[in-house]
Amino acid sequence: MARRPEYQAPPEIFYNESEAKKYSQNSRIIGIQSEMSERALELLALPEDAEGLFLLDIGCGSGLSGESISEQGHHWIGMDISAAMLEVAIDREVRGDLIMADMGDGVPFRAGTFDGAISISALQWLCNVDKSYHHPVKRLAKFFSGLYAALSRGSRAVFQFYPESGDQVDLITQQAMKAGFTGGLVIDYPNSAKAKKMFLVLFTGGQQRLPSALGTENEVNHAQFTKREKVRTRNSKNVKSRVEWIKEKKERRRKQGKEAKPDTKYTGRRRAGHGF
Amino acid sequence: MKLLTHNMLTSKAIKGVQTGFPLNIVVKKTKTVETEFSSEFIQRMLPKLDWPAFLKAAQTLGVGSQLPDSPPTETTDETVLRSIHHALVEVEVIEGELICPETERKFPISNGIPNMLLNEDEI
Repeated sequence: MARRPEYQAPPEIFYNESEAKKYSQNSRIIGIQSEMSERALELLALPEDAEGLFLLDIGCGSGLSGESISEQGHHWIGMDISAAMLEVAIDREVRGDLIMADMGDGVPFRAGTFDGAISISALQWLCNVDKSYHHPVKRLAKFFSGLYAALSRGSRAVFQFYPESGDQVDLITQQAMKAGFTGGLVIDYPNSAKAKKMFLVLFTGGQQRLPSALGTENEVNHAQFTKREKVRTRNSKNVKSRVEWIKEKKERRRKQGKEAKPDTKYTGRRRAGHGF
Repeated sequence: MKLLTHNMLTSKAIKGVQTGFPLNIVVKKTKTVETEFSSEFIQRMLPKLDWPAFLKAAQTLGVGSQLPDSPPTETTDETVLRSIHHALVEVEVIEGELICPETERKFPISNGIPNMLLNEDEI
């Protein structure tokens, strides 16, 4: 497994010119980033008929996520700690306004400024101790309380992030709840190692229904008991029929969010002239 | 940095600063970028704006002459809204400084990006 970028250097140093370049040239990174921003915007559940809302993009980087916001007709301010990434954003002529700030120092905006906030792959950086005076719990508390104040009532904040462990998720959600937010985690494609994406969805105005995750339609919360299949002794290779095996494999792929053709009467059917 | 951002930005992240608003602007270079006018957005932002701070900032940038002295109500004509739009989102400070009203701390603006990073002893 690749080393996590958080281990390599602090964000303002890790996202240097060469790393920032990737975010304007590498089509794979651009694709993933904009896909995640669109999903985050979807989770933000802005009123459909509203245009010209004012959003905050935390850790905006080169402005890829901001572009998705602009496409939907909203205005945004982006904040990021990396000068190199912001330079790329300026070069790309993004429509939002940019400021250079550390999210761990708080959110430097007036109360009730924004109608919502999104953040793509930035929150996990707050759990790091990059300077001797950094204290993750304090920085998280400062960030979330600052954000809570800067959001208007009834709005949401959606964070896509890569937590290192369950403890880190607990630490982050605990600090968010302490600041007054409600909400929780939405995990898309939990059965897939690659497509799995974690979103922290926070509400400022009371308890709301958490949106449902993708790729979990058939998920059952309690343990399922099934009759154990009789083990066939005559030909142990053929325990599952071909059709069953194909259907199971397709189901597995669907759960991982990968492409699978629909099941029809032709699925796994014997082909003419191939009599076994 | 657009004046819309300036109107929302504070320096309250500094230790001991109470409101940190409005930040004073020192202008060295500005740029005008034409953007699409949306009266809906301007009217949505009007109640959120701190009008005296906006007026003062616009005058610092030399675009405040056509702005009314008090925030317009809903029934204002488009020319006023257009002049607000121009000052709010079309004029940008490219080089300059923001100054905290309480501590006199300077935040440099370079290439249109205000640097709000703080030092160890300020947080």
